[in-house]
Amino acid sequence: MTDLAAVDVTVTLDRSPVVKGVSCAVKGGGWLALIGPNGAGKSTLIRAMAGLVPYGGTITLDALDAKAMRGKERARTLAYVPQEPTLPPDLTVEQYVMLGRTPHLGYLATPGRRDRERVLAAMTRLDVTQFAKRRLARLSGGERQRAVLARALAGDPRALLLDEPTSMLDVGHEQQVLDLVDELRRDAGLTVVSTLHDLTVAGQYADTLVLLDGGRVVASGAPRTVLTAPLIESVYAARVNVITGSDGHPVVAPVRRPSPELHDQP
Amino acid sequence: MSRRTALCAAAAFLVVAVLVAAFVGAADLNPLATAAALIDKAAPFLHLPTSLDPLDKAVLFQIRLPRVVLGALVGALLALAGAGYQGVFRNPLVDSGMLGASAGAGLGATLAIVYLGGAGPQVVPVAAFVGSLAGVAVAYATGAAASRHTVLSDGVATLLLAGIAVGSFLTAVQTFVLQRSASDIQAVYSWLLGSLSAASWQQVTTILPYAAVSSAILLLHGRHLDVLAVGDEEARALGLRPGLTRAIVVAASALAAASAVAVSGLIGFVGIVIPHIARRLAGPAYTGVLPLSLLIGAGFLVLADTLARTVLSPAELPIGVVTAFVGAPAFVWVLRGTRHVGT
Repeated sequence: MTDLAAVDVTVTLDRSPVVKGVSCAVKGGGWLALIGPNGAGKSTLIRAMAGLVPYGGTITLDALDAKAMRGKERARTLAYVPQEPTLPPDLTVEQYVMLGRTPHLGYLATPGRRDRERVLAAMTRLDVTQFAKRRLARLSGGERQRAVLARALAGDPRALLLDEPTSMLDVGHEQQVLDLVDELRRDAGLTVVSTLHDLTVAGQYADTLVLLDGGRVVASGAPRTVLTAPLIESVYAARVNVITGSDGHPVVAPVRRPSPELHDQP
Repeated sequence: MSRRTALCAAAAFLVVAVLVAAFVGAADLNPLATAAALIDKAAPFLHLPTSLDPLDKAVLFQIRLPRVVLGALVGALLALAGAGYQGVFRNPLVDSGMLGASAGAGLGATLAIVYLGGAGPQVVPVAAFVGSLAGVAVAYATGAAASRHTVLSDGVATLLLAGIAVGSFLTAVQTFVLQRSASDIQAVYSWLLGSLSAASWQQVTTILPYAAVSSAILLLHGRHLDVLAVGDEEARALGLRPGLTRAIVVAASALAAASAVAVSGLIGFVGIVIPHIARRLAGPAYTGVLPLSLLIGAGFLVLADTLARTVLSPAELPIGVVTAFVGAPAFVWVLRGTRHVGT
């Protein structure tokens, strides 16, 4: 469990500012979702949190400045899963999950018994033990995402940084993966920061939403306060209805432009 | 095949290759007596009687054995260097001669033969060694400088392209030098095609330190290469420093290849095919591919050299010809005959 905070974070890529003075925070064991239109800077912000792009401002992990941490130390605290993880096709699931132990191994060390135990525990937790010896190329989309999460979990991180963890999945597998992440969050006290493009889903799982647009925070807070029709319509240039779902969460429903033919009907 | 089984099989292959190479040759040595003499040498406390006469003993220990050991070293180094480069560049088609290594060695040897021919045969290996390392250093420096101003986000492709450019340039210089000195073409080409016919214990002891250091570094970085397989960004997120790992593995591979080239000339094929066979046997993880490449590469080159010195005996075939002539069909057979690992 770890508190994660960004204060006035700025990222410039290829001389153009992508994230412009973003501040946000999530308590240990919380779930913060970054939402916003394409190009809003969500992925870049998450990569800055993972220490993968140079940034201005401050990112703290449990009040420790992330810039002062060694790469390995940060890797032990944070597990980062990119939107499209690279899966070496011929590696077995087990070998791939073992890569997650890297931050815990000394430079010349080889994985020992404890590492194998943690790998087995992560694979069991994500229910991938039955294809431990299967090549990554032979996995379905949902299985693949579980293998990737198992790798992230094998490093015993205290926070998960997930960039669009469900963008390649159908709605059923999307729910399975997010339910799983939510279970991990509750059971292991993991802090979760994720980007999510589906606003309704983001509101169902995250306790804090940060809406980004053009690299700046437009709104942040509980889903109910961020997911409002006027805000979404202006930021996304979309037409939506926000209704309340049966579970009490806001549902963002796109509204089609009135079709001229419909008016012609008697 | 599990990694352990594959390693045992590869070790057995190397032992058999060494024994075959020790038994076969121009001087007809009795295999039993040879085996006894070898065991006696390895374990003198057994006081094993051997019927090998002093002349045959000299042939075995001063001519045949150094050549076998040197062949094993060269094969191991070429295969390891190939595997190291393949791990760094995440590409199984990369060879130990890439990044200007072969071209640099070729230029170094050519310059030594053409301009320093009077200084004795010792100069050529040194020149090839230096040329090979210099070739890689120039390619690496060029690639590193270029990747700062390039659209290729990953340094890997830039580095390979720089290697190709530097290699072509060095080969052009070599051709230019050779054109102006036609009388040396024979000597240069016989070096280029590779040979272990000048093998001696002195050559073995000269390259042994470089071989030991580079092999140790490569074997210890297998796990790091496996992490690199997920790409630079994810590797960094796992706490690895991809640039540093790449530099270390490239340096060790360059050292391994340069040591091999210095005593054997340019022997192609080994660095690309042996790691592939290793991959087919025990999967793509470099923790397995590297030690397997070492063992299989050593055994393969020992056998190839045995063919090189016996097929047209007393004449010798260039070993580079044998590795390609025997290795290419064998490789095709491996390519079509093996199923994918782990399916």
